[in-house]
Amino acid sequence: MSTTSTDQAAEPTYDVRLVVNGTPHEVRLPARRLLSDALRHDLGLTGTHVGCEHGVCGACTVLLDGAPARSCLVLAVSADGAEVTTVEGLTEDDGTPQGRLGPVQQAFVDCHGLQCGFCTPGFLTTITAGLRDNPDPTHDEAREMVAGNLCRCTGYQNIVKAVERAADLAGRGRPDGDDARPADGGAA
Amino acid sequence: MTTRLVGQKVPRVEDQRFLRGGGKYVDDVLVGATTLHAAVLRSPHAHARVVEIDVEDVLDVEGVHLVWTYEDLADAAVMPATMAEPLPLLIPHPALTHGRTQYALAKDEVNYVGEAVAFVVASDRYVAEDALARIRVTYDFLPPVVGVDAARAATNLVHDDVPGNVGARLEQTVGDAPAAIAAAPHRLALDLTVERSACMPLEGRGTVARWDPDSGRLTMWTSTQTASGVRAAVAVKLGLDLGQVDVLTPDTGGGFGVKINHPWPEELLVPMAAKVLGRPVKFTEDRREHFISSAHERGQVQHVEVGFDDDGRLLGLDVEFWHDHGAYTPYGLIVPIITSTQLLGPYKPGAYRVVFESLYTNTVMVTPYRGAGRPQGVYAMERTMDAIAAYLGKDRTEVRAVNFIQPDEFPYDHQMVFQDGRPLVYDSGDYPQSLEKIKALVGWDEFTAVRDAARAEGRTVGIGLACYVEGTGVGPYEGAHVHVETSGKVKVATGLTTQGQGHATVFAQLVADELGCRFEDVEVVTGDTRRMPYSVGTFASRAAVMSGSAIHLAAKRAKEKALRIAADALEADEGDLEIVDGIVSVRGAPGSSISLGTVAVLSNPLRYAFDEASKAATQFTVGDPGRPPVAEDDEPGLEGKDFYSPERSTFASGMHAVIVETDPETCEIRILKYAVVHDCGHLLNPMIVEGQVHGGVAQGIGGALYERMEYDESGQLLNASFMDFLMPYVTEVPDGIDIDHLETPSPLNPLGIKGAGEAGVIPSAAVFASAIEDAEGFPITAMPISPSDLFALRQQHAAGASGAPDPSRPSDPSDQEDR
Amino acid sequence: MKPAPVAYARPTSLTEALELLAGTPDAKVLAGGQSLVPLLNMRLAAPTLLVDINRLPGLDHVMAAPDGVHVGALARHSAVLADAAARRTQPLLADALSHVAHATIRNRGTTVGSIVHADAAAEMPAVLAVLDGHVEVASVRGRRRIEARDLVVGPLQSSLEHDEVALEACFPALDARAGTAFTEISRRQGDYALCGVAAVVMLDEDGAVASARCGYLAVHETPAVVDLPALVGARGPLGDDVVTAASDLALGVLDVEGDIHGTAAYRRHLVRVLTARALRTAYDDAATRTTTRTTAPTPTTGGTA
Repeated sequence: MSTTSTDQAAEPTYDVRLVVNGTPHEVRLPARRLLSDALRHDLGLTGTHVGCEHGVCGACTVLLDGAPARSCLVLAVSADGAEVTTVEGLTEDDGTPQGRLGPVQQAFVDCHGLQCGFCTPGFLTTITAGLRDNPDPTHDEAREMVAGNLCRCTGYQNIVKAVERAADLAGRGRPDGDDARPADGGAA
Repeated sequence: MTTRLVGQKVPRVEDQRFLRGGGKYVDDVLVGATTLHAAVLRSPHAHARVVEIDVEDVLDVEGVHLVWTYEDLADAAVMPATMAEPLPLLIPHPALTHGRTQYALAKDEVNYVGEAVAFVVASDRYVAEDALARIRVTYDFLPPVVGVDAARAATNLVHDDVPGNVGARLEQTVGDAPAAIAAAPHRLALDLTVERSACMPLEGRGTVARWDPDSGRLTMWTSTQTASGVRAAVAVKLGLDLGQVDVLTPDTGGGFGVKINHPWPEELLVPMAAKVLGRPVKFTEDRREHFISSAHERGQVQHVEVGFDDDGRLLGLDVEFWHDHGAYTPYGLIVPIITSTQLLGPYKPGAYRVVFESLYTNTVMVTPYRGAGRPQGVYAMERTMDAIAAYLGKDRTEVRAVNFIQPDEFPYDHQMVFQDGRPLVYDSGDYPQSLEKIKALVGWDEFTAVRDAARAEGRTVGIGLACYVEGTGVGPYEGAHVHVETSGKVKVATGLTTQGQGHATVFAQLVADELGCRFEDVEVVTGDTRRMPYSVGTFASRAAVMSGSAIHLAAKRAKEKALRIAADALEADEGDLEIVDGIVSVRGAPGSSISLGTVAVLSNPLRYAFDEASKAATQFTVGDPGRPPVAEDDEPGLEGKDFYSPERSTFASGMHAVIVETDPETCEIRILKYAVVHDCGHLLNPMIVEGQVHGGVAQGIGGALYERMEYDESGQLLNASFMDFLMPYVTEVPDGIDIDHLETPSPLNPLGIKGAGEAGVIPSAAVFASAIEDAEGFPITAMPISPSDLFALRQQHAAGASGAPDPSRPSDPSDQEDR
Repeated sequence: MKPAPVAYARPTSLTEALELLAGTPDAKVLAGGQSLVPLLNMRLAAPTLLVDINRLPGLDHVMAAPDGVHVGALARHSAVLADAAARRTQPLLADALSHVAHATIRNRGTTVGSIVHADAAAEMPAVLAVLDGHVEVASVRGRRRIEARDLVVGPLQSSLEHDEVALEACFPALDARAGTAFTEISRRQGDYALCGVAAVVMLDEDGAVASARCGYLAVHETPAVVDLPALVGARGPLGDDVVTAASDLALGVLDVEGDIHGTAAYRRHLVRVLTARALRTAYDDAATRTTTRTTAPTPTTGGTA
C-alpha cells in the first residue's frame, strides 16, 4: 500500500548558521535534526560518521568552537552560530586542491592507526584538539587522549602510537620543534 | 631497482581516502533530497503470533511514501511470488533436518525481539521513525524459549514443527572414544559454558538501491561481506535476471562476520521499494537495531570427557555440546561444525567423538563472528589440557607438548569432515617451535619467581596459555582481473569485499611484484560485481589466500602476455626480458626497452588513433598483413584473468599467553602482559598482519572479560546499547601486545600463505580462563567472566573451603576418581 | 534512533525562558544535552518543546567563594574540572568530576544538568549531597533554594517542578581540618560506577575524627549520604574494625540492588571495600592538610578566586 505525499513534513523549521571548516553555511532545519545528520545529509560532509547515536562510540566527534563534541548529541539548531571542524577540515593547505595531510592524519598513515576507517574521523578530531591543549603528551596522556573513542578494528595499539607520532610531527612545525622526540617505533 | 614489496611494511594506499573523510560507506552514497529513507518496525516480543497489523494511521503522515507488511509481500500485483517466501537457507547440510529461516517481513509469527514486522519508506529517517510509531500491531503472546537450558528442556517450542527445538544433530567419530576413555589410566570430565557476544562493527548494516526504469537495471550498494552473494539473492528474490543487478560494496565500516549473512530483509525490501517508487531508497541500520536484528554468536554449553595416560597424552576425547543458534538458521551449521572440528587444535586426540545439537531459541539468530565457533572449540580443548595438567601436577606446557602433531607428520589427516565439506587435513605447521617461542615471549619459565614476588606484596597474579589451529582460506574460489591500461596504470579487480584489511594495498603489492609495475600505478577494486562478477566473499580469513592467490595468478598471465608482445616489439627472446618499474627491457641491453603502457597499446590493434600513443597500434603501423590482427588463440588488450580454487583449506596456527592480576578486594581483572605467537605462513605485509592481531586480541579481551548478550527470561535483550554492551576502550586493552611470528609456508597456494584475519580473537576465552584459574586456584568454567562473577566464585569456593581441592592441583574440575 | 518532532525555543533572557516553561507543561530544558539527547534519540523522552538555555547570560560561571564553589547552570564539567580555585576550595568536586564519563562528554555536559538529572549512578548528585550543598532554582513564581538532601526524590526524579530551571549549584568549601576522597569502580573507565563513594572526614584539634560521612552512588535508588558516628574519636591509620563498623552502618541504610553489571552481593562487597578506601584516604587527606596548615609559614591560599 503506497501513498504519495509531499516531502515537506509540516514540522516547524529553524534557520541554522554554521561555519564548517571555515565555510559559512545557512540551512533551514527542524529542531530535532542532529548535528551529525545536518553535517552529513544537509551539508554533504559525509566524513563524520555515526556509530551509535547515543554518545558512547565517539565516531561522530567534531570540534565545536574548538572543543571535541559528539555531534550525535547536539541538535543542529542548538549549534547555530558555531564554528565546526570536521575531518574534512584537518588537511593543511599546500596549494593543491586536496591539501596535505595534517600531522594527526599523517601519523595515522605512519603508524597504521586505522583499518576500516569508520571510527577514524572521531579519533582525528579528538586528537587534534588534544594535542593543541597538550602538545607533548606523556605515553599515559596519549592513551587518555583517546580513551573516550571506540575502535573495533585496531585494538588501539597503533592509535596510541599515532598520537605520539603526531605530537612529534607537529612539534617539528613548532618554533621549538627541533627538540622533538624521535618517533618511537610507530613508523613503518 | 625495485625491491620486492611482499613481506614489506608497505603503508596503506586506502588511508589517504579515509583520513580525509573521503571514504564511501553505504550511508555516504546518494546523499541528497532525491533519496528516500527506510525504517523497519521490529517485534517488541520474543515469541508471539501476529494477529493484526493496522497501518491506517501511517498513510496520512506527511512524507511517508510506502508502508509494507507481509500482506504486501504476498500481493502478486506488486511483488514477485518469491518475495512472499522465506529467506534463503544459504548453507544446507544433511544434518540440518529442521532448518528454518524468517520472512522478509513476519508472516504469522515473530520469533525474536527485533524481527522485522513492517517496512516504511519516507522522506527522511526521522519521518520514517514517526511513521513506525503509528503502526498498531496486535500480538498473541507465546511462551519464549531463552537460553540453551530452556531449549533443551523443550517445555516450549520455538517452532511448532521442530520437536525438542533441535534444528540439527551431528556426530563425527574417529575410533571408539568412549571405549578409549573407559580403558584410559586417568579420566576427567568438564562442563563448560560460553556466553553470547557479537561482532559489533562500528558501521551497522546498510543498503541503498536505485532502479533505472530506462535500462531496467538495479544498482545496489550494500554493506556486505559478499557482494556477489547479495547480487544472486536479490536477482532471484526480485525476479530479475542476474544481468540486471549490479551490487557495489565500496567501503565497509567493519564486518567481523555478521555481514556475510545475506540477504537481510532490508537487502530485498530496499531495492524492491526503489523499483516500485522509482526513487533511490536507503536503509541505514541504527545501533539498537544492530543489537536486536542482525546476528550474534558464541553461546554454547559443552560437556567434555577425556581419557589420558600418565604423561597427559590424550587417549580418547568425547565432546558433546549444545549450540544456541537463535530463532533461525540461514547460515546452516557452519559455526558448530567449526567448533567440533577445530576443537582439536594442534593436538592428536586419540579416539575422538563429537556430537552437537544446534538448538532454536527465541533470540537473535547466530551466524559466524570472527573466529566462528573456534573460540568455543579452543576453549573446550584448552580447558581440558589445563585440567589434565592440574590433575597430573604437571606444567601446562608439558601436557600440550606431548599431544602436539609433530612437524614431520604433515599433511596430517584428522579423518573428519571440515566446514567446507572437505577432509580435515592440516597442510603444515610447527607447533613445538611455536610453544618455545610463546614461552620465551611471555616468560613462562620465569613466572614462578614473578608470582612469588607478587605474593610477597599481597598481589595475586596468574599466567595462562592457549593454542589454536585455524582452517583458513576455504573455497570454493576467488578470481581476479588485471588490466594494464595504455597509460601504464594497472587496474585490478577481485570480487570479494573489504572491511578494513588493507586489500587495496596488499593486493597491489602482489601485482607490483609479479607484473613488475610500479606499486603506485596499481589500483585495486573489490566488491563491485560489474568488475568481477564471480566471487564468494570475505570470511574465514580467506581474502589474502584466495583473492591474493588469484591476483598473483592473474598478474602472472598479464605478465606472460606483456613479455610475448614486448619480445616481438623488441625483437628479443622472451627469456631475456625483465619488467622493472613498468619498463620491459632486455637484460644487459638497457637501450632496448618498452613501457608496459606501450605494450598495452600494441596489444590492442586499432583502426582509429586518438592520441600519440595509440598511433603506434593503428593498422598502417603494426601487424603482419598475412595474419589476422588478433590471433585465433589471443584476444585484444593487455589483461590477465585467473581463478584460484584450492583443494582444501590451509591451516594457520598460533599460541597466546597472558599474565593477569586479580584484585584481592574488588575482583577487578587487570592484564599485565599479553603475548602472541602467530603462524600464517609467509607474511605479505607484516604491518597489516600485526594490526589484525592487535584488533583480534582486543576483541577477544572484550569477549573474555566484558561483552555478553544479556537476555532476560522473556527474551528481551537488556543491554542493547554501547552503554551496556561493554566493548573495550583503550583503557581496557593492554598497553602493548608482544608478537612473534613463525612462517611455515602453506604448500597449497603459490604464495605459501595462510589466513590471518581471525587469529587474534580465537584463543581469548581459553587463555583468560587459564590465567584467572592460575591466579585464583579454582576452576574457571564459564566465560566471559566479570569482577562480579569472580566475586561470586570466590564466595562459593570460600564457603566450600572444607571440601576444596588440593591447592597444588588448582584446577581439578572433575569429581571423577582416578582409576 | 532519531528524536520525535519537537518545537524549539532559544530564549535570551531568564524571564523569557521561565515563561516558556510555565506555558508548556511538558517542555524540557536543554543545556549540555549529554543526558537528554540520548533519551530524545531513543525516543524515551519526547517533550513538545525544548527550551535551550545555552544563550542565557550570566550562567556559565565557576566561582570559588569563601562559602564554596558556585557553579552556574551553563558551566561545563570540563570548565569546573579545570578551575584551580574551585579545586582548592572543594577538592572533592574535581576528584569526582574526573570520573564523569569521558573528556568529550565533559566538554559539553553541564555539572548542574547532571545534578538535576538526578541519576543515582552519577557522581555529581552524590557529591553535592555528601557536602550538604544546594541548588538555586527559578520559575515564574520566584526563586528558591533546594537543599541537596531534598533534591533527588527517586530514580531520575528531582524535586524541581516542571517549570523550574536550576540556575546554580553550590558546593560548600572544604572545612579547615577536613579531608575528602572519591573512589569508584566501574566496568570500563568512564562508565557509570558499579559503586562509588565520596568521603568527608573532619578532624578535631587533636587529630582524631570529629565527624565522618560518606556519599554513595549507584548502590541506592537515590544518592545516599550516611553519617558515620562510629568513626568519631578514631585516629589514623584507621583500623579494620573502624572501617568495618562504618561499612556496617552504610549497608544498614543502603538498599543495594543488582543489575546486569554486578550482583547486589558484589555491590555490597564493593560498598565495604570502597568505604574503607575512601575513609582512609579522606582521613589521610585531612591529616595532611591539618599538618600543612599548622606547619606552613603562610596562611591558607584557598578561596581567592
